[in-house]
Amino acid sequence: MDLDSNNIVEAKAIVKQVSSPEGTLTILADVNLSIKQGESLAVIGVSGSGKSTLLGLLAGLDTPTSGKVILNGTILNDLDEDGRAQIRNQSVGFVFQSFHLLPGLTALENTALPLELAGSDQADEIARQRLADVGLSERIHHYPNQLSGGEQQRVALARAFACNPKILFADEPTGNLDQKTAQLIIDMIFKMNKDNGTTLVMVTHDDALASLCDRNVVMTGGKITKDI
Amino acid sequence: MNTLKFAFNGLKRDWYSGELRLIGISILIAVACLSSVSFFTDRVKRGTQKQATELLAADLVLISSKKIQTKYIDAGTSAALIISLSESFRSVVLKNDKLELAEVKAVDSSYPIRGHLRTSDNLFGEEQVNDSIPSRGSAWVDSRLLQALQVDIGQSISLGASELIVEKILTYEPDRGGDLFNIAPRLMMNRADLDKTKLVLPGSRIQYRLLLGGKSERIDAYREQINVEDNDHLSVQGIKDARPEIKSALERAEQFLGLAALVSIALAGLAVAMSAQRFAIRHYDNCAIMRCLGLKQGQITQIYFFQLMLLSLICSFIGCMLGFFAQEVLNQTLIGMTQQPLPDPSWSPVLSGLFAGLITVIAFALPQLVHLREVSPLRVLRKDLSPVPLNNYAIYALAIITLVLLSPWQSGNVNLTLYTVAGLFLTAIALALSAKMMIKLLKKLQPKLKMAARHGLANVTRRSDQSIMQIIGIGIGVTVMLLLTLVRTDLLEGWQNRLPNDAPNYFLINIQPEQVSGIKAQLSASLGTNIELHPMVRGRLIKINDNIINPNDYKDPRANRLAAREFNLSYADEIQIENRLVAGKWWYLDDDSKNYFSVEEGIAKTLGISIGDQLTYSIAGKDILGEVINLRWVEWDSFNVNFFVVSNTAALDSYPSTFISSLFIPESKRSMLIDLVKQYPSITVFDIDAILTQVRIIMNQVIRTVEFVFIFTVLTGIAVLFAALQSTHDERSHESALMSALGANRKQIVSGLVAEFMFLGGITGLLSAIAASVIEMALAEYVFKMDIIINPLIWLIAPLACCLIIVSTGLFGTRKVLASSPMLMLRKV
Repeated sequence: MDLDSNNIVEAKAIVKQVSSPEGTLTILADVNLSIKQGESLAVIGVSGSGKSTLLGLLAGLDTPTSGKVILNGTILNDLDEDGRAQIRNQSVGFVFQSFHLLPGLTALENTALPLELAGSDQADEIARQRLADVGLSERIHHYPNQLSGGEQQRVALARAFACNPKILFADEPTGNLDQKTAQLIIDMIFKMNKDNGTTLVMVTHDDALASLCDRNVVMTGGKITKDI
Repeated sequence: MNTLKFAFNGLKRDWYSGELRLIGISILIAVACLSSVSFFTDRVKRGTQKQATELLAADLVLISSKKIQTKYIDAGTSAALIISLSESFRSVVLKNDKLELAEVKAVDSSYPIRGHLRTSDNLFGEEQVNDSIPSRGSAWVDSRLLQALQVDIGQSISLGASELIVEKILTYEPDRGGDLFNIAPRLMMNRADLDKTKLVLPGSRIQYRLLLGGKSERIDAYREQINVEDNDHLSVQGIKDARPEIKSALERAEQFLGLAALVSIALAGLAVAMSAQRFAIRHYDNCAIMRCLGLKQGQITQIYFFQLMLLSLICSFIGCMLGFFAQEVLNQTLIGMTQQPLPDPSWSPVLSGLFAGLITVIAFALPQLVHLREVSPLRVLRKDLSPVPLNNYAIYALAIITLVLLSPWQSGNVNLTLYTVAGLFLTAIALALSAKMMIKLLKKLQPKLKMAARHGLANVTRRSDQSIMQIIGIGIGVTVMLLLTLVRTDLLEGWQNRLPNDAPNYFLINIQPEQVSGIKAQLSASLGTNIELHPMVRGRLIKINDNIINPNDYKDPRANRLAAREFNLSYADEIQIENRLVAGKWWYLDDDSKNYFSVEEGIAKTLGISIGDQLTYSIAGKDILGEVINLRWVEWDSFNVNFFVVSNTAALDSYPSTFISSLFIPESKRSMLIDLVKQYPSITVFDIDAILTQVRIIMNQVIRTVEFVFIFTVLTGIAVLFAALQSTHDERSHESALMSALGANRKQIVSGLVAEFMFLGGITGLLSAIAASVIEMALAEYVFKMDIIINPLIWLIAPLACCLIIVSTGLFGTRKVLASSPMLMLRKV
């Protein structure tokens, strides 16, 4: 197996096709990508270019039609959904544009969730610490609907870093936030990324945000057309 | 814009996408259920009416104390009706030195128009059905006359101036009914021999009967055509005057089926309401965009109105077809159980099915969809701009009002409807309050639970409003299903128990007081059980308080009849087992200071008698005055001896009385009756097996039908379950996908879901079991008038079963979530 030990994520000739009433639609066509440990990468491109699909495949949220995805040394294609879930739990953190907090859980419970799923005995303590890291110590018992958008995204960040992931996947993390709050979140992502030595893969429309990353890949029509 | 076309296209699109399926399927099941019940009850009713006509031996009978005028016969002939004439009178029959007063009936060859005569060649021997009547010169006599005259088959007897050969023993004649206790033994002869007897003379007390048979519309037209009021000596009896035992069984049958039909409407409506709500919420964006593109609010209303009407018509029509086939299957399973095939189905249930489908949609789904007109076009910019949702409680209230409006039409019984609807309404409130309380209590338990259970419970508690609505929805579904199961088992069993295999099949009457101890001893010895003999005193009610009874004062024909005739009164120290006090109190054993009466509630209502009234009876030329101190409910279809009016012993025991008993005599011991009749020739034995058989047939038909309808109810119940779980399906999908993205494996996700469904199921099952038990007790007490014992196991079985069903249905409903990639599910949000 040709695995580069420096690469935390590798995509080899991945293709993603879906069925539609008009026939088979190719969303990703023969994408190859390697991301090094500790690197920060921005995936940019217009709507429908396949950015989020690529992110989902790299994170093991979906499987490619063909090709391979290797995450932290494991070929995701060889795993079933439970296997991929385990990888996600151990190695991956997520931040989404629409926060995706569980509405019925408090900030603390939301943050502790991945820890509990991993069977941690100290889920509560770690979650409290993570929430303190994002400045939400005072709001740990609040439910998502009692928090502002920025606060919800901070809870999402705390949750993403709860299990000390090796890689953080962020899908338009500031897309739903005002400029000031967005800046706060960006600063936080990069700080936590640096403090934890995490690899960052981020999908964004925002060129300014992309410019903060070590590397940018541009997607057009399901292909990587630039790798800067 | 062609809104109809747009609606039709939308209907196709939403059907294929699955959005409308649950609404459609709910309507389909409900209509199939309703129409199969309607088809079948219509057939059973007409079939039973046909059976009831047998008890008259005709479809219509004219009875007169004078010779039937030819105009009535001619009217019958010209209306192409079958006609039979008969004469009945009392006369002495002689054999050697023995003589006996007999009730003679002379019949012609058309007799009986409905039903059959049954005869036997030996005393209490095997019966045969006869299509003929006694041949000329012969007579068929009943066992008692045979015994009294000590005559054998083939020997001759004298009736008036004629000699008749005893040809057969008459065991059953369809129209023998009437007042069983006031008739002498039967002698049936050929009408052509009547003149020879020279008994029909001017002034003879003869009852003339004109029996008519034919199609019901012709019978109705005939009945309308003849003007009986002009003739004081003529009375008319139709099938409505069938025996009370049959009438009671039939009424109960309709009640059971009415209840089942009502339940299916309620459940289907609930499923439709819940799926419509979800459909509406999922169409907010569509509506916002359409409104943004210029669609007017009125057009939105029109589009969804057309869509629903189309859906309702299509599904109702298919439902009717399914209902038709279902009842035919039911009919096939009943072949062999009924004595004769049921009449062909009529088409009226199709109309009622379509109507019920439309009403269900209009009441349960339309308000939700019409509400879509309130969606603001601004929602295209701000997703949070949803219309203020319709108040769930308002929806339930509307549903209940619809049920109230629909149910009398379905169940035909106002009491049953009110109890059921009130039961459902109170159940909804009780479920809501207790669910709220339980959720609060369980929330405290949450931190102590393990992860899966904690998440499951968290899902229930945090969506507490939705959870309560789900518990109400599923709870009502489960309650009515449980109720129907309980009704089916407990109430039907209770009903069947009233007619156990050893229900009385013989009546002994005309027992003289001095014979009581001897007969009692002989019967008890032969049958091995203690036989009760009840005293019977004949009396005419002449006054209620100071008002003298004049039958003509009563407009109600039943009241008129009751006021005109003599009552069979009885006296007792204690209330009979199958009677129940409904008002007042029973008398004390030692209280013989005054005369007390206990009156059956039905007759009390008919004659306007209340507690405290003073009744005056004329008995053997003497007046007796007594006070009504209680009203009784009487189980008439038990076939035990019962009385409209009972007094305390002191009031009546000095008056001339005879005794009566009802008893079960198994086939093997029937010969004992011969010895009994030989020893006590004055007593009369009545065989009521034929009536019993008929009641049992009706019961079996009903029980089978209720079981069949139960299948539909379970299906509608499952639709409710699906609809309720679907209401939180989107949220649940999102959560599961998110959990998966965060690294939860399938087992962890499934455990969380199982825990959630188990909490939901446990709460619902427990609350439903309590609700169903309470409603059943109310139904048993106030509607079906039966004593039932609730099996406490239901409180254990119902929550367990509910958990099992909700977990499996819930997991089945979320199987797609578990099979899809988390990314797909997350993107949908």
